Amino acid sequence: MSSENKGKLKFAFYWAASCGGCEIAVLDINEKILEVVEHVDILFWPVAMDTKYSDVEAMDDESLDVCFFNGAIRTSENEHMAKLLRKKAKILVAFGSCAADGCIPGLANVSNREEIFDVAYVDNPSTDNPGKVTPKTKTRVSEGELTLPEFYDTVKTLDQVVDVDYYIPGCPPPTKLISQAIDAIVENKLPPKGSVLAPLKSVCDECPRERSEKKIKEIKRVYEVENVDPNVCLLEQGIICMGPATRGGCGAACLDANMPCTGCGGPTPNSFDQGAKMLSALASVLGVENEENMSEEEIRKLVDQVKDPLGTFYRYTLPRSLINRRVIKK
Amino acid sequence: MSDFEPNIVAFLCNWCAYAGADLAGTSRLIYPANVKPIRVMCSGRVDPVFVLEALKKGADGVLIAGCHPGDCHYQSGNYKANRRVILLKELLQQLNINPRRVRFEYVSASEGQKFANVVKEFVEEIKEIGPNPLRGEQ
Repeated sequence: MSSENKGKLKFAFYWAASCGGCEIAVLDINEKILEVVEHVDILFWPVAMDTKYSDVEAMDDESLDVCFFNGAIRTSENEHMAKLLRKKAKILVAFGSCAADGCIPGLANVSNREEIFDVAYVDNPSTDNPGKVTPKTKTRVSEGELTLPEFYDTVKTLDQVVDVDYYIPGCPPPTKLISQAIDAIVENKLPPKGSVLAPLKSVCDECPRERSEKKIKEIKRVYEVENVDPNVCLLEQGIICMGPATRGGCGAACLDANMPCTGCGGPTPNSFDQGAKMLSALASVLGVENEENMSEEEIRKLVDQVKDPLGTFYRYTLPRSLINRRVIKK
Repeated sequence: MSDFEPNIVAFLCNWCAYAGADLAGTSRLIYPANVKPIRVMCSGRVDPVFVLEALKKGADGVLIAGCHPGDCHYQSGNYKANRRVILLKELLQQLNINPRRVRFEYVSASEGQKFANVVKEFVEEIKEIGPNPLRGEQ
């Protein structure tokens, strides 16, 4: 990449539609950050430095070595910055679940701009907006015209608007993966373009809990289970755990805290639709015990225990899934 | 909508439903030509991804047919398929895709007539629902 370049690597960080957790994850590498700044100059980082978009616009194309881009594409501003940073950076990394998979902001794809604006600005108990004013891309005032970015109907992943070189999954990405990625960049040991900089195996592979043949009689919410066995697979205890369908790299951190995996690592390497995979896996192990004697009614009741299949199975990946949004009839 | 001819993908299990469809053919039973059969070894092989992909690519309906309870060549594939379809239909409802577009049926190798009836019924049902709203998006 820049082995001939003796100077420091030029980095940029940017956030689009995200919560800011990814920015904190960068700092969570703790003292390693000192090592990083020995090798790296950060030229653009809106959350931490006073830099302007015009500073980026003024840069030569491909003058940045790496851009870590977190956040999904929700507005025209997000898209503009994605395209701009793509032009300026040699390597563009989709950093975190939002940029890679769409994540929580992507769940807005069950709705659209009109419905979201209605709830956010008009129809809610704490808002008094008799004029039903909602954000407009252009507003004329006496001083001139005010503009706002356009709010899209559909949230997109970063690679749905620009070419992406690498992906670091997680909400936020585990510090181990961040450190490894930075090391690989600094040592010029990056895998082929398009790789996900995380292990190939699922969360279950990293989970120390005991597993046996899965036969689930009943699905329970986390708060409904008394005496969770900390050593036994949560799925076998009736708690929906996304581990089987989720890429590892987190060291099964949630399972370590006695909580189920919710799937932030995104799909495993050979699947591209995490939700459908988990739906399939769960339906396979549900009610196996007495399946040959169950009536259709009993089976339906059993399956109906999954209250929100979309929110459970696609919590982090709706925008990148096969059907990436609720169908809205025009 | 009278000239709407549904495009239906049918995943048929090798041991029962596909043989049933074959029987319908050799028995010269008449049923609508809207169904595009795909032979799978077991209805349990039908990953929900296949169904979503078919819908995304514009299929108006997806039929999955396997062996009757107790008859699965692999013991339990048909039970799994049935549960997956029930759960998948709930997901489709949330995505505002009519869950009736996906249908699971038990068809044995001797039920050529049942296969023909299921197809007739399903084609009528899909005609009533109308074209897949995702059609033409890709």
